[in-house]
Amino acid sequence: MSSVFIASHNIVSPLGFSTKENFDGIKNGISGVQLQIDDSLSNTPFYGAVINTEKLEKQFQLIGNPKNYTRFEKLLILSISDALKDSSVDVKSERTGLLISTTKGNIDLLESDKKNQFDENRVQLWESARQVHEFFGNPNIPMVLSNACISGVLAIIMASDYIKSGRYDSIIVAGADILSKFVVSGFQTFMALDEEPCKPYDKKRNGLNLGEGCGTMVLTNNSEATIDGKKIVVSGGASSNDANHISGPSRTGDGLALAIEKSLKNASISAGDIDFISAHGTATIFNDEMESLAFSASGLSSVPVNSLKGYYGHTLGAAGTIESILTVKTMTQNLLVRTAGYDEYGVGGKINVIAKNEEANIDHAMKTASGFGGCNAALVFSVK
Amino acid sequence: MNNRLYISGHCRIKDNRVELNGEPVFTQKDSNFSEFIKALYRDQQFQYSKFFKMDNLSKLGFAASEILLRSIHINVKGSEVGVVLANANSSLDTDVRYQESIKDKTNYFPSPSVFVYTLPNIVIGEICIKHKFTGENALLISETFEADQLFDHTMSLFKDGKVGSCLIGWVDYYLDDYDAALFFITRDNDKKTNFESEKIKSIYQNWS
Repeated sequence: MSSVFIASHNIVSPLGFSTKENFDGIKNGISGVQLQIDDSLSNTPFYGAVINTEKLEKQFQLIGNPKNYTRFEKLLILSISDALKDSSVDVKSERTGLLISTTKGNIDLLESDKKNQFDENRVQLWESARQVHEFFGNPNIPMVLSNACISGVLAIIMASDYIKSGRYDSIIVAGADILSKFVVSGFQTFMALDEEPCKPYDKKRNGLNLGEGCGTMVLTNNSEATIDGKKIVVSGGASSNDANHISGPSRTGDGLALAIEKSLKNASISAGDIDFISAHGTATIFNDEMESLAFSASGLSSVPVNSLKGYYGHTLGAAGTIESILTVKTMTQNLLVRTAGYDEYGVGGKINVIAKNEEANIDHAMKTASGFGGCNAALVFSVK
Repeated sequence: MNNRLYISGHCRIKDNRVELNGEPVFTQKDSNFSEFIKALYRDQQFQYSKFFKMDNLSKLGFAASEILLRSIHINVKGSEVGVVLANANSSLDTDVRYQESIKDKTNYFPSPSVFVYTLPNIVIGEICIKHKFTGENALLISETFEADQLFDHTMSLFKDGKVGSCLIGWVDYYLDDYDAALFFITRDNDKKTNFESEKIKSIYQNWS
């Protein structure tokens, strides 16, 4: 089976509309999480990471008519356009697939004041994906993955598997979600939001912040593809289910540990080979505790681990792609980025939380995620 | 190792009718989904109290998986069983219900037990909990039943050695309109129905 290389990438987020702006941002400790006082998103103020609408509209005007697309679609189109600029992958080829990962897509169109702006079907994920496909002229049936908070990580695994099996030569994986009253109120009813900026793995952590954005990663079987002069491959990945509870993480971390074990096996490496973990780290009490137990049980206690939720909030279907791209940048720039919001160790398992930026040589990095429905995913990137 | 894959069984729920491997299992005419699925629950003696907490999408997927999996002897570990489902309407039925609860500031009643079902992969979680399946997951969205994509996805999991068996298919629900078509894919050839994209397409289309 052929190897799967990363050809190009882009991140659109409150920190910027290119991967460079985003990596420079987190490197310099800039966070997109701010206090949001906005009636259209929440009846009460909350901390979240929101993209400036004026900037988004202005940027979008350069490539398309903003009136024809929803906010969610604009994020996808902007991000994919930028990712394709630096790539030899032909989006119009039958051998190129386009895979969109999202949890809620155009869910804001259910709001009464937005209902008439677009056709009724537009709230459907397949219709939204079709709009994006048509914009780029991709000839294949739009692929959409909606698997809660593991969507982005699972989409990269799925795309990599499809390329390995010979179904496609290249796949553009774009993960996106926007903030909406729907999503914010939902997490509020779960009492899952911290009233302050989130604090992953910290003793005083008390919940997550939400965010919005899009991350696009272009995968290919073309072995000439490089990122910052390095060949980076998706060397393995796997998912699992806790089979325990639909709305809470497992208390033991067994499910995530299983995904980690399978992804290592799939990559034909062992836990001792992993140099860095980009974890899910939502900063809820139960998620971070569960992850710490899973990493300990998997022999990963000494491996430097960070969570990027302090910079972006939890961007749901975008989190896995945005954080995977930043994992790749970590590998090419040899720089481990600190966990924003982390101060005092506060999890039961033994893990090595990155508390300050430090240089490191990284050959193999792991990205993990866990989500509602009991799902977990782990993905391994390697320098070839 | 035998690399061939087989369809061990399939179950369809649509138009107030249930069929297992093409044979009728249950019918209840002139009832809405909620009445129909309750009657099916009683008739098939599911005896699973969590069922009544589920949203309609999960009830539909759960019922189809129960009827199918009861008929199959699974001879791989739970960690080797994958669940790959697809639909068109995602969780929109529950999304609309949830949106109702937040649209009015003065009549604001969002509930976490509704919100959790605003993700389409929750039905996979429900099936995994019942059967202790801890293997691969994926919830795909397409406008119509895409046999080729389900087939390609399932093949890639088997080829990569990630699953030993896989529950796959279509579970779609929106506003009383529903359709479930599940297939259990294994390496066992006792039933001798080869797993092919054309085969699942023809089973799916063969409904009158």
